Amino acid sequence: MSMSAGTATPVGAPRRGWVLPVAMLALGLLIGLSGIVGQIALYWDDIVYLSQEHVVLVASSGGAAILVGVPVGILLSRPSMQRVAETVMQIFNIGTTIPTLAVLALSMTLLGIGFAPAFFGLFVASLLPIVRNTYAGLLAVPGHYKEAAHGMGMTPVQILTRVELPNALYVIFSGIRTALAINVGTTPLAFLIGGGGLGALIFTGIDLMDTGMLLAGAIPTAALAVLVDFLMGQAQLRLIPRGVNPLR
Amino acid sequence: MIRLEELTKVFETPSGPVVAADKVSMEVPTGEICVLLGPSGCGKTTVLKMVNRLVSPTSGKIFIDGKDTSTLNDVELRRSIGYVIQQIGLFPNMTIEENICVVPRLLGWEKAKARARAAELLDLVGLDAKLYLNRYPKELSGGQQQRVGVIRALAADPPVMLMDEPFGAIDPINREVIQDEFLKMQSEIKKTIMFVSHDIDEAVKMGDKVAIFRAGKIEQYDSPDKVLAHPANAFIADFVGADRTLKRLRLVTVEAVSDPAWPAVSRHASIRDALMAMRERKADVAIMLDADQRPTGYLSEEMAEGASGVARDVARPLPATVPARADLRAVVSEMFAHDVMWLTCVDDNGRFAGVVTQAVVTAVLGETYRRQGMAAQ
Ligand SMILES: Nc1ncnc2c1ncn2[C@@H]1O[C@H](COP(=O)(O)OP(=O)(O)O)[C@@H](O)[C@H]1O
Ligand SMILES: [Mg+2]
Repeated sequence: MSMSAGTATPVGAPRRGWVLPVAMLALGLLIGLSGIVGQIALYWDDIVYLSQEHVVLVASSGGAAILVGVPVGILLSRPSMQRVAETVMQIFNIGTTIPTLAVLALSMTLLGIGFAPAFFGLFVASLLPIVRNTYAGLLAVPGHYKEAAHGMGMTPVQILTRVELPNALYVIFSGIRTALAINVGTTPLAFLIGGGGLGALIFTGIDLMDTGMLLAGAIPTAALAVLVDFLMGQAQLRLIPRGVNPLR
Repeated sequence: MIRLEELTKVFETPSGPVVAADKVSMEVPTGEICVLLGPSGCGKTTVLKMVNRLVSPTSGKIFIDGKDTSTLNDVELRRSIGYVIQQIGLFPNMTIEENICVVPRLLGWEKAKARARAAELLDLVGLDAKLYLNRYPKELSGGQQQRVGVIRALAADPPVMLMDEPFGAIDPINREVIQDEFLKMQSEIKKTIMFVSHDIDEAVKMGDKVAIFRAGKIEQYDSPDKVLAHPANAFIADFVGADRTLKRLRLVTVEAVSDPAWPAVSRHASIRDALMAMRERKADVAIMLDADQRPTGYLSEEMAEGASGVARDVARPLPATVPARADLRAVVSEMFAHDVMWLTCVDDNGRFAGVVTQAVVTAVLGETYRRQGMAAQ
């Protein structure tokens, strides 16, 4: 993705395509053959319970990041915010370089342990790509579209909703897709600050050198990552109008 | 009618104030095209954008049909003015139908009515509505997009249109075609149009009047012929070019100067009669016509002198003919190409419509000079 606006560079969506599902299938076969399925099945109740916790964490922190990130990105892209926006984006860019584990740790020092710091840390880590892509995507909409819209008598809100947002949608979606990938990838770490989720099985499995337990956490986590990315890819393909969708 | 009164715009920039428009006063009569012409940066776009208030004037007033536009709501004003920009600005996220229907929908038209209007306008510019309504702009060629850009501005039938170098991004050949199409359309819809251009050829072709700008000021506001024949000062003479006299050839049609009463005889007319007709009109050639009044050859005095029989026996084929609707540039070009002093004109059906001579062409070019000279005396 070569689009860039000032200090804000949108991040591209990961395109794993078919590689991961095939790899997982191969892994599954391997596991099945080694007779480990039985060991994993021992943790079925834990898997169900922790998966729910996990999904709630992902959905709530990711959803909140979208609900906050897109409007903030829109706000920063308004001409009246130009000065502030550059500074804010610079801070955000520095923020992006902080490892997500460190973000969780910082969140814990702020909010203690439990769901709240896990939610907050994940929320912050997912927020940045969304704000950044929304901002950059909107700024990258060519000025003459806005001028034409303005000259035809659209109000600023109409210009935003009918011209700017639809034309920035692909870049915004890419930001959301990246954010969710980061989110899903970081959520297992939430266990370390008492946030629960499938990390419990993974980390305990590592500690106890229990492969069955480890895989009982790792496989659903991986499956969730693949599923989320697949759904985002589909959404990007189907929800963005044909005229501005490079995938169609 | 659009009237500008002492319209001034000063941009405050970090490097000091820039006067983009300096006390511009002018009037565009209803139904006419006025071209704002001048080099880049002379303030044409600024003046245009003050009319739909994309730029607010520093001082001065704008009246549309007698109404001071500063008393109107900006958004409503813009919806009542067609606006076309050089980059076309079709919205890529919308289909052609949605693009054309933007203003009608903003004005609250029913979807069906807006759609019918879009189809009607597409037909007007020769695009098949069935084929194009549901396409996206990127699926159209540059020329097609430009046509849609123009009809989008016409969608709600605004009395006034602002066009900022609307055909600037099109290759020269297609530009001529679109210009002709637009002029044909304008002869029916009769909008009051302000048209920005930096191209003198486009200006004299499109404009009923041309306003030449320099550094924010109007240097001359006149008919295209006046601007070419009598540039008000050295700057304008230089801007319109050393070949300005030749450019005027484009402003006159063959029809306007050809002589329809030029001697013409049938193939079976006697040579004597042909000679008499020539002498009567003091013409040195006569045109020979077939039964359908189509010119097929000519006889000169020399050829006829002393010969007997009918026209057909001595006539020679015509070197070339020109359509009556062509401009004098085509005539001169044909005259040079065939090394002749006169050309036969034909109407749309190929029938004889007169003869145009080099003497007449020269006289036309001299005419405004002479008229001016007489007025001065
Ligand atoms: N928004 C603006 N801010 C500052 N200066 C401007 C602005 N718009 C135009 N100008 C200046 O005003 C002058 C006239 O510009 P413009 O009307 O675009 O010229 P033209 O359309 O004839 O090329 C130029 O010197 C240009 O730099
Ligand atoms: Mg301009």
